[in-house]
Amino acid sequence: MELYVSEFSRYVMALLITLYTYECFAVFRYEDEDQRKGIYLRQNLLMFAFHFSCFLVICFETGDITYLFFYAFQEIMLYAVIMLFRMLYPKSNRLVVNNMCMLLAIGFVILTRLDFSKAVKQFIIATGSMGIALLVPLFIRKFKFLKSLKWLYALGGIFALSIVMILGQTTYGSKLSYSIAGITFQPSEFVKIVFVFFVASALYEAAGFFEVFTTAVIAAAHVIILVISKDLGSALIFFVVYVLMVFVASRNILYVLAGAVGGSGAAYIAYKVFTHVQVRVQAFKDPWSVIDSAGYQITQSLFAISSGGFFGLGLYKGTPDAIPFVEADFIFSAIAEEMGILFAVCLILICVSCFIMFMNIAVRLRDKFYQLTAFGLGVTYIFQVFLTIGGGTKFIPLTGVTLPLISYGGSSVLTTLIMFAIVEGLYIVKQEEYERQKALHKKRRKQNRAKRDLEEIEFISDEDDDQSNDEDE
Amino acid sequence: MMRMSKKEKKGKRKNREIMLVTWAFTLLFLSMSVYIVRYSITHKQELINNSYNGRQQILLAQNRRGKILASDGQILAQTVSDGEGGEIREYPFRNLFSHVVGYAVNGKMGVEGQENYYLINSNAPLSQKAALEAQGEKYPGDDVYTTLRVDLQQVASTALGVYHGAVIVTEPSTGKILAMVSKPDFDPAKIEDEWEGLINDKESSVLLNRATQGLYPPGSTFKIITALEYIKENPDSYQNYQYNCTGTITRGEDRIQCYHGSVHGHVGFNRSFAKSCNTSFANMGLSLDRTAYQKTLNELLFNQKLEFGFPTGSSRVDMDAQTTDSDMIQISIGQGTTAVTPLQMNMVTCAIANQGVLMKPYVTDYVMSSGGNKIKSYEPLEYTKMMTAEQAAIMSGLMADVVEEGTASRLKGLSYTAAGKTGSAEYGTVKGDSHAWFTGFAPVEDPQICVTIIIEGAGAGGDYAVPIAKRIFDAYFGIQ
Repeated sequence: MELYVSEFSRYVMALLITLYTYECFAVFRYEDEDQRKGIYLRQNLLMFAFHFSCFLVICFETGDITYLFFYAFQEIMLYAVIMLFRMLYPKSNRLVVNNMCMLLAIGFVILTRLDFSKAVKQFIIATGSMGIALLVPLFIRKFKFLKSLKWLYALGGIFALSIVMILGQTTYGSKLSYSIAGITFQPSEFVKIVFVFFVASALYEAAGFFEVFTTAVIAAAHVIILVISKDLGSALIFFVVYVLMVFVASRNILYVLAGAVGGSGAAYIAYKVFTHVQVRVQAFKDPWSVIDSAGYQITQSLFAISSGGFFGLGLYKGTPDAIPFVEADFIFSAIAEEMGILFAVCLILICVSCFIMFMNIAVRLRDKFYQLTAFGLGVTYIFQVFLTIGGGTKFIPLTGVTLPLISYGGSSVLTTLIMFAIVEGLYIVKQEEYERQKALHKKRRKQNRAKRDLEEIEFISDEDDDQSNDEDE
Repeated sequence: MMRMSKKEKKGKRKNREIMLVTWAFTLLFLSMSVYIVRYSITHKQELINNSYNGRQQILLAQNRRGKILASDGQILAQTVSDGEGGEIREYPFRNLFSHVVGYAVNGKMGVEGQENYYLINSNAPLSQKAALEAQGEKYPGDDVYTTLRVDLQQVASTALGVYHGAVIVTEPSTGKILAMVSKPDFDPAKIEDEWEGLINDKESSVLLNRATQGLYPPGSTFKIITALEYIKENPDSYQNYQYNCTGTITRGEDRIQCYHGSVHGHVGFNRSFAKSCNTSFANMGLSLDRTAYQKTLNELLFNQKLEFGFPTGSSRVDMDAQTTDSDMIQISIGQGTTAVTPLQMNMVTCAIANQGVLMKPYVTDYVMSSGGNKIKSYEPLEYTKMMTAEQAAIMSGLMADVVEEGTASRLKGLSYTAAGKTGSAEYGTVKGDSHAWFTGFAPVEDPQICVTIIIEGAGAGGDYAVPIAKRIFDAYFGIQ
């Protein structure tokens, strides 16, 4: 019986996630949130079905029914998030909310399988973070002065990173975190958001050479501090986000080229100067020759990815624990092993659909500051996904960053949820403005209609205006 | 409507940069997904066989290692329970298939190593698995059916006797390996107990599969290659070749003698080959274009890694444009620094027997689950075209003459026709010590079987290796 359940469940999970992923992209066929309602509902049902079947398998495989309690808590939390967003913000973008919940659900499942106590910790942190995230759109709606704080962002970011560099704990060769009152923080996670706000506030008015140059100095300070702290993954994220935000603000492709040249030069110098960079590159080029040392993690990760096949070995059927730090840096490999390559590719596509929706929102935002912020946060998110998945599969050298919302790590979950909530907040503000304008139009149209009988010629020109205003939105 | 589309265009143009970044990342992720799927599928077997991969142990805890069988279904290796809750790997033929079937411990070897992935995986039907699970039994691993024939293996092994050496028997039209013997041999079931002694025994290198890894001076069998090159360079006039053998030829420091001081007198091309006249071939070699010779060697897969599932030695022939005359006369007769594997010589012979086309040698025919589903089937594959069909036909004729009027006359006048080339490869410093070689095929008209034999230190190929070939041919054609 157990055998049939575990065999069958592999295909069920693959099917559910495939359908869910399909809906992620089907959304983009429609412009209007109202038309997308059916898709969103189906996504919610698929997510709950997936979540339930996973925990059913977990109970079967472990023979421990108490996991169902944990499941119930998660279920309540996810349901509450979906409902609260709908109630508090009727104009919210539900794809962002749905994907956020789906990714969290996948994370809970694989963490429960890997390490129950870490999964519980993650769940508690995620629930708390969600509470904060729910308030973020409100915050965005109320506080309009965010764009004027650029020097505060710059100093705050550099200050937080410097403290870690000087006081921080060394985790596995990199200085990443410090503890306050027993809680360990990883400031580079939060500074990512602050940094995006800094670049957006510095460049939204004008992005001439002077502005780009001054922000470049600040950005370089961030990156250099991170490189000295040996947090290469974060350093790379800050760098790429900065270059791409300058590109969008200035509309000048030359900045991207300059960034590429400068980045390559800096990377080469880093390779020459830092032995830990050389070790990483060596482990990327030929991990098999250093399988005992620097190549151990990546080769174990490759073993995991290649052993699952399309439908995976099934939960608890593989040995993802063989990979050091599997629950943080290599969670994708664990997923690929036990849930299959098909599932893993769907997971990648869900992340991409989040990104496309972020970009979609950014494109529609008229306010340059908001637009740059949404764009910057989207790039931060997707580039981090790229680094962790690409690194764990030997597509690019390993940098050791987390897979947002799925990997174990409190700072990472909190930061990512806030990022999602900020973009959501920008979208909501924009939608509400649009609603107000529409209401205004209606009023005007009514007045026009009253006038119509009297002044026909005026009516025509007014009608034209109405139309063009509509299209703007 | 017009205005609307204009507006839309304007909107898009305004955010061209964001769209560009979106597309760039989407493409990046698509290519990464393709990479991940490709990598995981193509590297699956290689990675599971890596000794650092703990998943092998998991599979073995779950599945009972599959069987290895001969082409007629006789069991060559199987795992049975030892009655005390453990398992033992049985090899019913003991030493007979030691190198080719190999062993499943200490780094693995032979089919046990090559097909490890299939042997430790189970594709048994779900119902069978469920039933076994209920009884607390392991699932049966998939079974590997080989191309090996027990009767030929037996004959080859017996014929080789106590000599060190190797025998390979193949089917030239498909590349199937019918028998592969390497001596001295060992009992794979006892390998773990005897391991220390075996790896420390540098003298006889028991664990070395001499058929694929042993590097020997090819001696006169190498005249096949020299003759082929001569035909290639003189396609219309090779039959006009004439030489007067006086028993010796000298170039620089090097002096070549005919075997056992024979003097062959006046010889033509065919007779030089049939009688294996060293001085004539040294003379022939001196006339050859070294760059062209080097190219021919490449086409015959010398000086490179062979594509074969087992570990192989790379045959070595030091030939380039700068090769001196004194080296040239050594190389032409397969002496000097030249060293080849029996597998390599067998491949060249197979190509001659198969109209110039070499089929990829293989030993696993198919893999079948315990439920009778074919999991994997290995089909005959063309490896490379070593020579033209015309050149192969000429070579075949030369080799048939070796049997009819040359050094392999013990194969003459039988119910089947045979062709081949003998060799007596001198080694070491003592004059006269030689490895006995024979490589050939039968029947000449429609080659079905190809054998290559090397017997270390036995003496002349015609006296020692050819009789073994005869016994194998006899067994193959059902002659008692």
